[in-house]
Amino acid sequence: MTGEKALLVMGCPEVPVQMSAVIYLGYKLSKAGLEVTVAGTDAALKLLAVSDPEKHYIKNTVDLDRCIADLAEKRVDYGLCFVFMHNDAGMTYGATMSVISRAKLYVVVFGKNALALAESIEYPAEKIVAQTVHNPMPLKNRIDRVMA
Amino acid sequence: MSCIEQMKYKLHLERTSFKEAREYVEKNSDEVYYVQPGYRIFKDYYLIGVPPVAIGVKGKELLFPYVKPCHGTFVMSIESEEEINRLREQERQKILSSLRKGKR
Repeated sequence: MTGEKALLVMGCPEVPVQMSAVIYLGYKLSKAGLEVTVAGTDAALKLLAVSDPEKHYIKNTVDLDRCIADLAEKRVDYGLCFVFMHNDAGMTYGATMSVISRAKLYVVVFGKNALALAESIEYPAEKIVAQTVHNPMPLKNRIDRVMA
Repeated sequence: MSCIEQMKYKLHLERTSFKEAREYVEKNSDEVYYVQPGYRIFKDYYLIGVPPVAIGVKGKELLFPYVKPCHGTFVMSIESEEEINRLREQERQKILSSLRKGKR
């Protein structure tokens, strides 16, 4: 997988486990030799910048709207795409990625309604699901299982 | 931020699910067209959605879903003959292309 590009798409940053899971997954993918880019809203990217000030774990970031535009216009694409979600809007962004990108799609579903949200996903994607809000361990374990 | 939020728009539904937004567009438009997520409108907004995404025409207005990661889906409308004509022309081309395929 060395040299392959991975995109991590953050959803709304209001659920605490998202940021630690994004940084952890970015770390795992970078260790495996992938070039990782994280997309998010302005608030989500600021949280990331404060959490990883020297860009030790995540080197590349892109504004979410810019990322969608670049994919839709075929200016860029990735080998793997992980979409983080805990609400209907996140699920909708995942559906969009399934159409505008040729990447192998993973959906990372968390939060208090994770199981119901995961069931509502009808587009082709590998699901990484943990019904957790504050404790990152169930989500970390699911990520480890998929990456093993 | 897309230019849409700086335009003169009407809000029909706020902070709803994508499914409800689609149903609203389908029930409240004079004409409904279906496009893929990533379809570009108003120069720099690329539609987010579960395919196929319903876009409506009501009089001179274009009705469409607008998804915000933290606030859910909105249904907005903006007056634009240019966008409506583009949508109609695209639909015409789609029908012509499918008729041509049928003849083969």
